[in-house]
Amino acid sequence: MENTTNVIEMKHIVKDFNGFKANNDINLTLRKGEILALLGENGAGKSTLMSILSGLLMPTSGEIDVRGQEVEIKNPTVAKNLGIGMVHQHFMLMESFTVLENIILGHETTKGPKLDFKKAQQQIEELSQRYNLNIDPKKKVSEITVAQQQRVEILKVLYRGADIMIFDEPTAVLTPQEITEFIQIIKELAKEGKSIILITHKLEEIKRAADRVTVIRAGKSVGTFDVSDVTNNRLAELMVGRHVNMKLDKPSAEVGKTTLKVSDLKVKNKQGILALKGLSFNLRAGEILGVAGIDGNGQDELVRALTGMQHVDSGKISINDEDMTNQKVRKITEKGVSYIPSDRQKYGLILPFSISDNLALQNYYQQPYSSHHVMHYDLIHQHADELIKKFDIRTTGSSLPVSDLSGGNQQKVIIARELDLDSDLIIAFQPTRGLDVGAIEYIHQQLLLERAKGKAILLISYELDEIMQLSDRIIVLHDGDISGEVKPEETSDEELGLLMTGIKKEGNAFA
Amino acid sequence: MNLVGILSLLVSSTFVYSTPLVFTALGGVYSENSGITNVGLEGIMTMGAFSSVVFNLTFASTFGKLTPWLGLLVGGVVGLLFSLLHAVATINFHADHVISGTVLNLMAPPLGVFLVKAIYDKGQTENITQSFGYFSFPGLADIPVIGPILFKNTSAPAWVAIIVSIILWWVLYKTRFGLRLRACGENPQAADTMGVNVYGMRYAGVLISGFLGGIGGAVFAQAISGNFSISTIVGQGFMALAAMIFGKWNPIGAMLASLFFGFAQSISIIGNQLPFFNHIPSVYMQIAPYVITIVILVLFFGKSVAPAADGQNYIKSK
Repeated sequence: MENTTNVIEMKHIVKDFNGFKANNDINLTLRKGEILALLGENGAGKSTLMSILSGLLMPTSGEIDVRGQEVEIKNPTVAKNLGIGMVHQHFMLMESFTVLENIILGHETTKGPKLDFKKAQQQIEELSQRYNLNIDPKKKVSEITVAQQQRVEILKVLYRGADIMIFDEPTAVLTPQEITEFIQIIKELAKEGKSIILITHKLEEIKRAADRVTVIRAGKSVGTFDVSDVTNNRLAELMVGRHVNMKLDKPSAEVGKTTLKVSDLKVKNKQGILALKGLSFNLRAGEILGVAGIDGNGQDELVRALTGMQHVDSGKISINDEDMTNQKVRKITEKGVSYIPSDRQKYGLILPFSISDNLALQNYYQQPYSSHHVMHYDLIHQHADELIKKFDIRTTGSSLPVSDLSGGNQQKVIIARELDLDSDLIIAFQPTRGLDVGAIEYIHQQLLLERAKGKAILLISYELDEIMQLSDRIIVLHDGDISGEVKPEETSDEELGLLMTGIKKEGNAFA
Repeated sequence: MNLVGILSLLVSSTFVYSTPLVFTALGGVYSENSGITNVGLEGIMTMGAFSSVVFNLTFASTFGKLTPWLGLLVGGVVGLLFSLLHAVATINFHADHVISGTVLNLMAPPLGVFLVKAIYDKGQTENITQSFGYFSFPGLADIPVIGPILFKNTSAPAWVAIIVSIILWWVLYKTRFGLRLRACGENPQAADTMGVNVYGMRYAGVLISGFLGGIGGAVFAQAISGNFSISTIVGQGFMALAAMIFGKWNPIGAMLASLFFGFAQSISIIGNQLPFFNHIPSVYMQIAPYVITIVILVLFFGKSVAPAADGQNYIKSK
């Protein structure tokens, strides 16, 4: 009976990457017209499973049935012909192409040797209207917003006539309002009879959007549940495999003197355009100041200016009442700044170097780790071993290259090195990016411990949950300026979302 | 010399010197729009020049006036085969594109000279007997003013090159093949997910550049140098590369940039026949094309935007 409504059945899927089983006996069924959430931590095998379904990878073993028929999805074209379309987490778009060109690529209608742009445009406008996507096909992708780019991806899938749609972490790049709109769109699609798989690790969205949820952990299926029957806590436990403390224990702040004072900061970006348009704020000892905002509104420039990596055009940065504007990176660090960069592999670590070398990057040139340009590796190793123990870095030895560690442990190396400096100011830029629930929990606790020690912490993050949970105050960056300052206990995701899009200006925020 | 005379001399010599650059730069445009950087154009031109001269010397008596035109095809095919090395190295073996292109450049001149020695037992070939001469378009040449400047005693291959560049512009921006080719140079991963055969398109891009680069070399040998030696192709491939960048990776742009570089080259050669320029010491005139190339590269290289994935290998996961 129920089998007739299943559009996809994946049975005992195994995918072996040179001995590492990314998928190890996974089962998944998708019913017609439903939204199925696929929940799992980073590295649990969600993306691998969906790559198999969309023809990018071949399973090592297992069976896939589409509409009751066993199929072999050898390549994306086979998937397309089966009506399966995927919206990838990192958009698969050509920035310099028009929306139209992006949509028709690989599925072009031609008139003789020539592409039939007119007919394609008509079809796209029809689809766009029917599903309320509001996309102008003539615009270049580089000219439209991220949310619109996502709709282009949706249109791509619809244009190919897909009725099975896979969304990989679709909300990671969206503001709260855009997320609401997105959920409306996919609910509309499901109502029209499309079957949807939603890959996510955000429990709240599953509650809002999905009918059922399939949980996978470490490459194995844990189970499938009706969303109405399970609690968020239960889902988190199933996903991680142990009890998770969802609420952080945050005592009230004991605020001290002003540690960081930024006044009228103006910084130009690489194109010579003002990326920070006169920013002013204070950060005091013992508090966490969250900087919310959509990626690309001046966060990078703010962090680079504060850490001395970018020239400040005007304005002033003072740390502990000392002018640190346009100072050298090392001077700023020594003055008392710890910095956790957003891209740990690019800016935080030297990947081929050993763990102990990476841990020594901030103080290798000082006594006792070196004297007269001669390094004392015994002391460096000894110190590394202490830090590995103290910060619970999971490794078999300090001489391993840091690239061998998992993302979470790499991040712990940076945290260990930076917190060991015992600086008054900690700049944490997306400190939990790409980490799983366990590692996030650990890093959040470390930041709260530092706060309790009286450190001033500037937390720049694109994850609203993180900002809301940790911050004592929140400033919102929009278009290089502060669009509002709020307190986490007095604000909502919706209000922050409006500030992030620049709709609401400061003043109203306190009403 | 009157003004029309000066202009017609300038235009015809600009055409002659720019034609090899136009073909070769168009080749570069196709290779790089597919995502494969091609600094090996110089080497490809060398092979095209070599093979066309050998063909011309061997078959001039058989094909008569048609020989240089067939020589273009021969140069093109040899250039295509030579570029296969670059395609295999970069597409299948994921070699660095610049290194692989440099290999072509280092390999071609000694290979050409070695083969010349093996075939003719001397260091350079004889002069060819059937070269591209001057050509007048019947009818068009009689139009007053414009006729003598553009269509009388001019270079036929130049007009072919201009027409080819317009066709290639149309193919690149208006056809399915062009869209898919550009997609591979812009975001191969995305193109792959859309069912485009990335390796196939990139092969097409490189082989087209080999064919056009070979033609470029063949034009140079049969219209300008008249023989093949180690010094036949000395920097024209790099000038074509500069023209491609100056032309923003667009066929029409590359054609116009090539005409400009051809103009610079022709000035250095016919300068002593022109008023004003004949007062400039010839050494400055001779280095001018190279200086202009460098200056333009410095001024435009940072600003002109290459296809986003130009030079990036694409490794399909299994």
